[in-house]
Formats: sequence, structure tokens, C-alpha cells
Amino acid sequence: MPWGNRRLAWRGAFRSRGILALVAVLLAACVGPGAQSTTTSAPEQPTTTAAEATGTTQDSPSTTEMLAEGPSCGTEEVVLNAYFETGFDLPFELADEFSAQFPNVSWDIKQDQFTNLMNATPRLLSGDNPPDLIRLPSMVSLVHDGLLKNLDDYAAAFGWDQWPQSQLLQNRVAEDGTRGSGSLYAMGLNHSLTGVFYNKELADQIGMTEPPTTVEEFDALLAEAKARGLQPIMAWNATASGGGLAFPLQHLMAAYGPIEPINEWIFQKPGANINTESNLAAAEHLQRWIEAGYFPEDVNAIEYTDANARFRGGEGVFIFNGDWENAVYDGEMGDNVGFFLFPPLEEGGQLAAMSAPLTFGIAAGAPNADCAAFFFNWVATNEAARQINVDVGGSNPGGPADLPVPPASAPITNETLAAGAEVAKANGQMDFIANATGAIFAEGWTPELQEMVGGLQDAAGLLEAVQAEYESQLER
Amino acid sequence: MKPDSQPPTGPASSDRPILPRRRVGRRRRLDGSGLAGWLFAAPALIMYGLFVLQPLLLTIQYSFYNWDGVGPGEWVGFANYVRVFTDPDLLGPIFNSFRLLIFFSVIPVTLGVVAASLIHRIASSRFGSAATTVIFLPQVIPLVASGIIWGWLLARPGVVNQVLEAIGLERIARAWLGDFGTALPAVGMIGIWVLLGFCTVLLQTGMAKIDPELYEAARLDGAGWWAELRAVTLPGIRYEIGVCLTVTAIAALAAFDIVYVSTGGGPGRATTVPGIKIYIEAFLQRRVGLASALAVALVFLVLAVILPVQRLTREDRT
Repeated sequence: MPWGNRRLAWRGAFRSRGILALVAVLLAACVGPGAQSTTTSAPEQPTTTAAEATGTTQDSPSTTEMLAEGPSCGTEEVVLNAYFETGFDLPFELADEFSAQFPNVSWDIKQDQFTNLMNATPRLLSGDNPPDLIRLPSMVSLVHDGLLKNLDDYAAAFGWDQWPQSQLLQNRVAEDGTRGSGSLYAMGLNHSLTGVFYNKELADQIGMTEPPTTVEEFDALLAEAKARGLQPIMAWNATASGGGLAFPLQHLMAAYGPIEPINEWIFQKPGANINTESNLAAAEHLQRWIEAGYFPEDVNAIEYTDANARFRGGEGVFIFNGDWENAVYDGEMGDNVGFFLFPPLEEGGQLAAMSAPLTFGIAAGAPNADCAAFFFNWVATNEAARQINVDVGGSNPGGPADLPVPPASAPITNETLAAGAEVAKANGQMDFIANATGAIFAEGWTPELQEMVGGLQDAAGLLEAVQAEYESQLER
Repeated sequence: MKPDSQPPTGPASSDRPILPRRRVGRRRRLDGSGLAGWLFAAPALIMYGLFVLQPLLLTIQYSFYNWDGVGPGEWVGFANYVRVFTDPDLLGPIFNSFRLLIFFSVIPVTLGVVAASLIHRIASSRFGSAATTVIFLPQVIPLVASGIIWGWLLARPGVVNQVLEAIGLERIARAWLGDFGTALPAVGMIGIWVLLGFCTVLLQTGMAKIDPELYEAARLDGAGWWAELRAVTLPGIRYEIGVCLTVTAIAALAAFDIVYVSTGGGPGRATTVPGIKIYIEAFLQRRVGLASALAVALVFLVLAVILPVQRLTREDRT
């Protein structure tokens, strides 16, 4: 869900706070970069050596003790120090339910917009009061700086390593700083899914009785919508929200080629390149959509929330988005909204979707790490928690393979959950190309996609520019 | 970061304009009450040191490091500065900020002179103060709020386009802040709206100081509004124009809030100004050193533009 969140985060209020944050950071950094290193390298956190990563051998004494009887919140009073993201109810409702079941646990919850968290996380984690639980925007650089707790021991203790591993992959960071393998540093409260939402009434008008099964069929529907004077695709592409056209682009990439190279690029595997032949074909396809006028003419000025409001209001037959928006769509559109996975190039081809965990981590120096880890385990396995997850979050709660996903109250959520099961069966999960590095969205995809809309950039130039930006960011 | 906002340098200098006649006794008093004077100034000095000088010095320090904001910093000498002056990605924002200079500085000052002289003529009537209030009002609204409001007004479904459509100009209706051709002028327009009031009020005060007899003499000689403006008003308010140019030029070159809130630097890089670039480098790219070097370069850029203006107006004064 990081994408959706990031876009929302840019709305309104945080902007003034961003300036405050800037001042705060300048002040907090007054020790100077040289001296900083001695105070922030999180002494309690053992750097991940191979021995620790593989085994349950001596860590700190408390860890060994805890492993003997299983980590938990104990019976003493515990106050969990948490940072959640403003505007998303799920973690708050889970926290309430957790306290109801474990009355000795209370919460000290601070909340902030996603983009603020993104800027502040390193300082929060390295500060005097490291959070027990924090929403993580990205993790590689945090792991590199030794700010996040290694969760391998918890994974062994709770049996997370017996769960379907695809849900943990994105939260693993290897010693060389690539994601997708290595030690576990975060857990997802749930797992999002993207695809195409459609307005059923408008879909009727263009004669769509069944979701398209090939890209060609989808093209025909878009052309039909355009011919009838409807807005074929509602989308957002304004700077503050980020280039939302990356959604259709990535779906096209997965239709035109295999998803493994895309994931390798996102996980920063050495030599990974986004500028491949199949991706070029996908970008050219997107460019044709732009030139055909399938997106709103003012898409470069449309923010995420505006796009969704306009789609809910009946402007746009289709919108590329993720299941985090389910509850909102359900509230206004009810039965009139449907969902399908973006079709493959050929009928019966590989199904794919973007899917990312709603990532939370534990600070390396967190005082109540055991309790926080216990909370992760509870969210994925407790019946009440899983129900809250689908009803409020709209996404798959993940967890052990043998636990059923509870039916949701919103019909659209049941559609996305079913689609998610298909994607899982096809092993078609991709992370978001916008999340490959901390700034690739703001400095790569967004400006280049906007230029493509403005007719200043073509498909080949887009991929070249993004790849160059990616390499310059990894150089550091 | 205004160059003229120096800290008070003690009681001696601040006494001078208020108590000019006590010049003789002043020196002796300095010894006795000097300490008390410094004590009075101390809170302001401490705040100034803590919130202005220290960040400034730290920024200069960071600019010599390669630092991600958390881990250990690595001394790299002038490498960040070399990059600032050779990276073509960093020249675009500087070019944009000079284009903004026209909208934030030249236009508000020009319009300000016209507005102030018109209002000056009707200053005594009730309409005069009403006009001043209306023009000054945007100055009272926080810049972030201005940015958000104008974002709505200039959107495709916004009021500006509704008006255009109502009067039959739907052909030029567009998403003003999302169009590559109009985004920067649209941001500039917000700047004009904000800064015009400041310039008008300041210039009006300057005009109020001009001896009315000069106007009378000019009118007796048959001068119209234009001749009066050229021969009497403009020379009389040269210093105020200098202040206006200084303040608005800083607002243009160091712009951040209005741009960040209304366009975020987009579409593409059409409205990316140095302030936005510094923010992105520091907080998204986590290149604190490079961002600091860019910030230091921006300070010198601002000084390079401001100092000549200051010098011109100062010389004229004496």
C-alpha cells in the first residue's frame, strides 16, 4: 500500500509541517555529521552476521530468554510506543482490539502523514525514544544504518518461516543491501493488490459484459468509451501525488514481459535494468493511450484524492488503483464498482499485479520489541484481527497458508480478495516500480511520465531517463 | 536570511536616532549600562544565534561532507560544490528561479508603483484606505494557504476556468498548474497576488514622505499624472523601491512554499526552483551534503542579485 499512502500523504496539512520538520532536522543534527556516527549506530543492535542470521545462537540475553518461553507482552503493564500514518484507520483499530484482548498493553500512538514519516523515520529510529512499532516507507538505508531490529529470531520463534514466503520476501534485506532475500527487518500488517476498478453502469454502456481477457480486448473497450464521449480511464499524475500513470505502465510491463526482471530492478539486484525490450513495448503502449486521449487532459494536475472523487462521481469507466481504496469505493458506489486483474497479452497468459505489504518495523533499540513482534504475529493469526483487516483495510491479512481469509463486508473487497488468490496461485506478485529507491518516484517516474503526457518525452526516453536516475541514486 | 536583518549591536547604536541630543553623556553611560544593554539584547541574540547563525554554519559544514543524514559523514572537500556547478540537472532550477524573478519582483514592484500613486492621489477619501486594505490582504494569508487556494482555483474544474467558459473562452481553459507552458507563469501569478500588497503599502509610505509642495509646484507647471510620477514620485521613493526589489527578489530566488504547495515543482521539472531541489536532495535523496552545498550556492546567488540593488539605492540616498 505504500503507493496509495504516499499520494494521500501529500495533501494539505503536512506541507507546513514539512517546513517544521526541516527546522527540527537542522537542529537535531547540530552535533555534525562526523560526531553523529558515534551516537546513532545503535549499539544494542548486533550487525547482522551470517551466524546470527541463520541461527538462534546467543544474541543479547533478553533475546535468548524470550526464545525459551516465546516472546509475548507478558503480564506487566506495557506501553507500546508507536508511529502510525494519518488517514488510515486500520492500525488504530487493530491497536484497540489488541488492548481489548491484552489489557496490560496500552498504546502511545503518534501519527503523521506518510511523507513526513518518510523524512523523519531515520531520526525517530535513532533518537532517544526509539519506537516499538513504526510504519516504514522504505527500509534498505535504514537497515544499512543499523536502525531496524533484525526479526529473524522472531520469525523462527513464531513460525513465520513456515508461512508462504512470498509475503515476507519484500521485507528481507541481504547484506549487500538488495531487497528480496536475506534477513527479515519488517512485517506487513496486510498485503495490497492492484488492478483495474470499473464503473459497472458505464461499462454496460460500452457493452462490457465480461472483464477483458486480453490487452487487445481492453484496448477495444477504451476505444469504445472514447467514441461514446466517456472518459475511458480516470487517473492522477500531479507532482504532489506522484505519477499515477506508473500504475498502468507497470501493469502493461507485466503483460508484455516476465515479472522477475521488474522485481529484480525494484529489489536493486546488481545490473538490473528497467530499459528492456518488453518494457519499451509497454511504455510505447502507454504512450499510445495518452495520445489517443484515454486519460483526462488535465491528468498532470489531478491529485490522487481528486481522481478517486471524480471516478466515484461517475467520471471515468476505469481506474487503475489498489484494494486500499475498497472501503471508500464501497461507501459511495456500492454495487456499481467492480474489479478485474489487468489482462495478459494473450488469453490465459501470466496474471500479475502489484502487491506490497503494509510495512511496519521495530527500532533496533526498542524497549518492547518482544511485545511488538507478538503484535505482528497476532495481527496475522488472530480471528478478530483478520476480520478487522479485511473490513477496514480491504486487503489480504496474509499469515499461515491454512488460515482462511474471512469474508469481507464490502462486496468489492471479496472481489479483490478472490483476484489476489489468483495472482498468488500464478506467483504474479510484483512490488511497485515507484518504490525501487527512496526518490525514484519523485525524481524519475513522476517528472518523466508528466513529460510524456505533455508530449515532451517518448517511451524510449522515459525508460532511459529513469534508468539513469536509478543508477545515479544507487551510486550515492 | 535578509542581509539587512542584522542583530542589534548594543545600546550605543540603537540610542542614536532616539536621543541625539545626549551625545555628550553617551560615552560615559556606556560603561555603566553597557552590561544591562547586552542583557536586554541577550534573548534576541541567543535566538538569533541558535536559529539563524547555527543552522547557517552547520549548512556550510555539511556541504563538505557526503552524508545521508544518519550514518557517519564522509569528508569530501569541494566535491559537492563541483557537482552543483557542473550538473545540468541543477541549472534548470536556477533558470526557473530567474524566470520567477519577473513575476515575483519586477511585476509587483511596477504594479505597486502604479497602484500606490493612484491610491496616493485619493488617499484622503475613504476609498483610498479600502483599496489599500484589499491589496494588502493577501499578505496576511499564510503562503501555504494561498498555495492551496490557488491550486483549487486554477484546476481544470476550478473557478478560473469556469469564468473563462462563461465568457466564451473555453478554448484557452486548461489545468493552469499542470500545463508545461502555463505552470510557471501561473505560479508567478500567485506570487504577484501575494507580493503586490507588500510593495504597494511600502511605496505608499514612501510617497507620503514626499513634500506636498513639490507636487504643487509640478502641478503649477502643468504636469500631468505621468510627468508627476516621473519627476517627483519616482525619485522620492527610490529607496523604498530598492527595499521592495530586495525583498521580492529574495522571495523569488529562495521560493519554496508557494511552489511546493501549488505544483511541487511539476509538471516535469517546469517549476522546480532551487528551494524544491534542495528539499528533494536532502529529504528524498538523502544527500544532505549536496543539498547543503546547493543551499550555500543559493545564498551567494541571492547576494549577487541583492547587493547591486542595495548599492544603487544606497548611493542615491547620500
